[in-house]
Amino acid sequence: MKLQFSQVSFSYGTQPVLQKLQLQVNSGEFVSLVGPSGIGKSTIFQLANGLLQPDEGTIELDGKPEQNRLGKLAYMPQKDLLLNWRTVVENAALPLEIQGLSRREAHKRVIEQLDRFGLADWADAYPEELSGGMRQRVSFLRAAITGCRVLLLDEPFSALDGITRVDMQEWLLSMWQTLGITIILITHDIDEAILLADRVLVLSEQPIRQVHEFNVALPRPRTVGNRHLPQFQQTSEQIWRVLREARQPATVRLQRGDNR
Amino acid sequence: MTNGRRQNIVWFTLSIVLFLVVWEAVCRLLQMPAFILPPPSSVLAALWQQRELLFGLHLWVTLREVLLGLAVSILVALVLTFLMNFSRTVERLVYPYLVISQTIPIIALSPVFILWFGYDLSGKIAVTILFTFFPIVVSAFDGIRSADRQMVQLLKTMGANRWQVFVKLQVPSSLPQFFSGLKVAATYSVSGATIGEWLGASAGLGYFGRRASGNFQAPALFASVLLLSFLGIMLFWLAGLLEKRMTGRRRKRKINKGERFL
Repeated sequence: MKLQFSQVSFSYGTQPVLQKLQLQVNSGEFVSLVGPSGIGKSTIFQLANGLLQPDEGTIELDGKPEQNRLGKLAYMPQKDLLLNWRTVVENAALPLEIQGLSRREAHKRVIEQLDRFGLADWADAYPEELSGGMRQRVSFLRAAITGCRVLLLDEPFSALDGITRVDMQEWLLSMWQTLGITIILITHDIDEAILLADRVLVLSEQPIRQVHEFNVALPRPRTVGNRHLPQFQQTSEQIWRVLREARQPATVRLQRGDNR
Repeated sequence: MTNGRRQNIVWFTLSIVLFLVVWEAVCRLLQMPAFILPPPSSVLAALWQQRELLFGLHLWVTLREVLLGLAVSILVALVLTFLMNFSRTVERLVYPYLVISQTIPIIALSPVFILWFGYDLSGKIAVTILFTFFPIVVSAFDGIRSADRQMVQLLKTMGANRWQVFVKLQVPSSLPQFFSGLKVAATYSVSGATIGEWLGASAGLGYFGRRASGNFQAPALFASVLLLSFLGIMLFWLAGLLEKRMTGRRRKRKINKGERFL
């Protein structure tokens, strides 16, 4: 499914976050969103999944403006947000129950998918019995099982330790390839953004008027080893430059002493 | 049963026996007047002598007041919680009073309720409700509101409506708080019924105890206190049992897992 922001403006009270933003993510694409904390990455997600509505402009799904987007895009939050009174299967079945499936049918569909998501041995485990990586797998399964063709992942691996994170990045890539879905990933980690995505969108100014776009010219399938390729280093350097330039004027203002 | 739990029971029994022995010894050695502090042996004797009155009449009268009062409290509290959750107007109109009500000395209000509801059963039930309603409704509603906000948003992104958020998230996450309120209310309910009986009754453990006190029959008074305490403990235990039943699937599994490792 294609997701498009056309001339979207949004503000929290008097604080503008987006101004006439154009954004497009194509069907089956993997896109990373990178930018400093508080710039409005999560706001873009909340606009996309329908928790927020734009002040101006339209958000289009498959080319058609769509007002009611709740339930049409799957969302995976930073915290796994698993319900501690539900087992792995029961947690993953939650969106299906909300879609109106019977408990039994929902569980059946989840159980069919467990193996694919590496959770076959954990069907009846409760979240507190799982490691951080496992919990994120359940959270990802819960998002994927919705049947939505677009997945919004909000810093899904930021709370994991380094080794688990690398495992999960490779796992996510393989899941994306088998499921054939569109993924938009928010991350603070520029290496992660490049390694996973077809395109990296850099948000550097506030309010956000435009995004800096970087195509990642790495062949697929990719592995963590690709970090050492020259194209990778080059893209990384370009992204850093954009982020650093965006910070410069602020530093100058601070030195002049006219910061608010 | 685990070793630790068995040890706890042994120690608890030991401490009760020790307490009773010391109590008995103090009464006998210091030659306490029996109308001030009767030894436990004479309390038990009074319990036995008056068994037909106590167990045949007064215990049942009080138990009925307590159970009816608690049942009405729970029912009304749940309905009100439900209405407050789904209507902002109801919440704004009612919730401040629930908070303020926590600070009112309820005992002072009890005679008013007797005035309104009379000296028969309905008066006692009304006082019991007065004691138990607020802890239940406050804990239930706070429990409902304690549901994780991010979780609510996640459910909305799945397309959930308010009813689904209520059933799938708010109700289950409110259970721990609801049950701690219910446990408090279970013990309060006995106080409520007792005070209702003090204010005017012709039967019940509270009535029996007050009459015994007026006649300086300390052993009989202590016997009624013992039964009232027993009633409170039983209700507390029942509330705990209900909690385990409704949230206990996890615990059961955990115990199984523990045994696997043994």
